[in-house]
Amino acid sequence: MTRTTGAIGIAHDVRAGNTTAVDVVEDHLAAIDAREGDVHAFNLVMADRARARAAEIDEIVAAGGDPGPLAGVPVALKDNLCTRGIPTTCSSAILDRWKPPYDATVVTRLAEAGAVVVGKTNLDEFAMGSSTENSAFGTTRNPHDLDRVPGGSSGGSAAAVAAGFATVALGSDTGGSIRQPAALCGVVGVKPTYGAVSRLGLIAFGSSLDQIGPFATTVADAAVTLESISGHDPGDSTSIRQGPLELSAQLDRGVDGLRVGRISDLPEGASPDVEERLDAAFDALAAAGAEIVDVEVPAFGYGLTAYYLIAPAEASSNLARFDGVRFGLRADAPDTNAMYMATRTEGFGAEVKRRIMLGTYALSAGYYDAYYGRAQKVRRLIADDFAAAYARADVLLTPASPTVAFEIGAKASDPLAMYLCDTYTIPSNLSGDPGMSVPFGTGAHGLPVGVQVLAPALEDARMFRVAAALERAAPVAAGGAGDRAGDEIHDEAQPSYGREEVTP
Amino acid sequence: MTSSESQRISADAVAKVARLARLTLDDDELQQATVELGAMLDHFADIDALDLGDVEPMMQPTPLVNVMRDDVVGPTLDRDEVLAAAPAAEDARFRVPPIIGLDE
Repeated sequence: MTRTTGAIGIAHDVRAGNTTAVDVVEDHLAAIDAREGDVHAFNLVMADRARARAAEIDEIVAAGGDPGPLAGVPVALKDNLCTRGIPTTCSSAILDRWKPPYDATVVTRLAEAGAVVVGKTNLDEFAMGSSTENSAFGTTRNPHDLDRVPGGSSGGSAAAVAAGFATVALGSDTGGSIRQPAALCGVVGVKPTYGAVSRLGLIAFGSSLDQIGPFATTVADAAVTLESISGHDPGDSTSIRQGPLELSAQLDRGVDGLRVGRISDLPEGASPDVEERLDAAFDALAAAGAEIVDVEVPAFGYGLTAYYLIAPAEASSNLARFDGVRFGLRADAPDTNAMYMATRTEGFGAEVKRRIMLGTYALSAGYYDAYYGRAQKVRRLIADDFAAAYARADVLLTPASPTVAFEIGAKASDPLAMYLCDTYTIPSNLSGDPGMSVPFGTGAHGLPVGVQVLAPALEDARMFRVAAALERAAPVAAGGAGDRAGDEIHDEAQPSYGREEVTP
Repeated sequence: MTSSESQRISADAVAKVARLARLTLDDDELQQATVELGAMLDHFADIDALDLGDVEPMMQPTPLVNVMRDDVVGPTLDRDEVLAAAPAAEDARFRVPPIIGLDE
């Protein structure tokens, strides 16, 4: 069977009547059947709902209508995005089986674009982590090597796209949680300018840092997905006052004359194979006509500290609502205070508790100025340093992840070592500037390496333009680990979907 | 990087923080948290050296301030749907155990 791949191709074929959304979704459900038992990308596979939605899309086409730019495209959603009436867990026991009473804005916009949701993906609990090992529902495995992590916190979404379970996926990025797993799984992952995508319905971790963004196997697919979900939302008070991002028209413009910045004082920590890929990326852009310039971002290296004081502080406030009263888990207790304590102690995992305590301490009376207050000033330094660098360079290039995918368990008992995974992604969450990871060949053990493109706030289109040039020059064709294995059906495989979905 | 080098945070402080955060730690967990948080705070001491006197704190990346909407009645969540997803509900309200036992 000819298999149309890619969001743009699928949407075109479905709208033109060359294929049906039902056929496309069945294709992807078969891929899930074949490998989800090994990969565990999903907390919930929504097979029946996906089929029903695909049938609706086909009816619209049959009636002469246009379902939208993502017509029939199978999409996976990180399980911290609210889906009305469908369990949304943040991979936490404290929200097990909770069903939101509303859809996140991005979920509504994807539906309006004609996309077909195939499931909710696994994540580090409450988006806190860099490996998806902090999930209360088991870890996700990297489709390229099942003994290795997919990255985190959006590891399930990254793996779903890499394995061909979904054409595109949404994740969230607070300190690198889209870009790092994208790099480890060999797919494109984008954190847009802060405020470009509505956070309404994204269960908050760090409200001044969180952004929703797409995973895809190509830059063009990421562009059309981000276009569909971006734009002002009056329901999010941090939503910037502009329409949807316009990205696709920029992709073929090339990089002739663009200044691509190399950060000469970038913190060390990247492994030699990753450094080699970054060097190759600079060479490729230079060959394509870009001017490579050296810039300095002196405060870059303080980003980790600032982030691990600010993000936990914001999280300690955001997660205060999980107390057994309104959502999810409630522990039996004789009074409300005992209920709060028992519910939270039972419901939160170790990393979440660690960050809540760190954040509570950083905000507490007597320590606020020393920790949270100082961290906010460091944040200002980082933003200012980036702005100064962008006077001399149009975009910056760094590694996305310091290393290729590491083995499951390798960093799980050393929280600080895990935090270092986000060294190169965190500063742009602090500044609010956009960043994206583009696959650019392989490193150690033949595992994917991602190069990160950074751009000034609101210059997402420029970032995509450079990313597209990198993609054209990349040594391995953009594509997921599922491309090689996805068409094989293993007779012995037992589908393992986690919890059973609720029939509509 | 050992716990004996750092008294950056005491077990008492961690116990207080846990109470503020409505978390219960047993003795082993308290000891481990004290070590872990201390090690983290040691690591984060790198910003102590920076001169931040004149720097304006940055709360969030946008120029938006005091975003308000007009005070006009509009659609909101379906109350029954909200309560149906709650652990306990009665009389159109969230039902909770008695509000006593707040010992601070």
